[in-house]
Amino acid sequence: MSGVEELPAWIALTVSVLLILGGVVIVTGALGLMRLPNFYQRIHGPAITITLGAGCVLIASMIYFSVLQSRPVIHEILISAFILLTAPVVAMLIMRAAVYRDLRGGKSTSGVSSGDVYTTSDKD
Amino acid sequence: MTALLSFAMAFAFACVILAMIFCTVRLLIGPNAQDRVLALDTLWMCAMLLSLVQGIRFGSQVYFEAAILIILIGFVSTVALAKFLIRGEIIE
Repeated sequence: MSGVEELPAWIALTVSVLLILGGVVIVTGALGLMRLPNFYQRIHGPAITITLGAGCVLIASMIYFSVLQSRPVIHEILISAFILLTAPVVAMLIMRAAVYRDLRGGKSTSGVSSGDVYTTSDKD
Repeated sequence: MTALLSFAMAFAFACVILAMIFCTVRLLIGPNAQDRVLALDTLWMCAMLLSLVQGIRFGSQVYFEAAILIILIGFVSTVALAKFLIRGEIIE
């Protein structure tokens, strides 16, 4: 805990609010991953954790270190850009894997293939 | 204000730990392989956030490099696992 004492009050308040909001959002996303019943509903839970939770924590880290070191510390933008670039790619890859496995397994009534949007070959 | 900041740091730390516990539960009970891969990806992300929160707590920049390494390795491993789930092999 080095140098917490000389922070201005409104900087400490901003960082605290961002950290608490980020923590609540992270726990909400992970709770959705654990509690939701279907895989195609479960994949929406970590999206909150990745975008809003990580965004709050990264902005809090940027503000905190910028004030603490009296110079702009913005290299958390690297992590932000990498997350924003790779999160859709990872989500699309896992979703495609799930759709392929469901279609190959003949589970035509689960998730995205329900309601005859995607039909399997053995149904035709 | 210092007490509030200390409480916020401890609260964020506890929240990330709780999120990692939830992800571990899904990783253990997940019915299919894609659930486990999704839980593992979220676990990587939570590990990155844990490193960042610890960096804020201890006022050190060393945790930032650890966060970058964790998220890079997490992306590569998740892509490899998803590719393995689709094709059955990683490098064709």
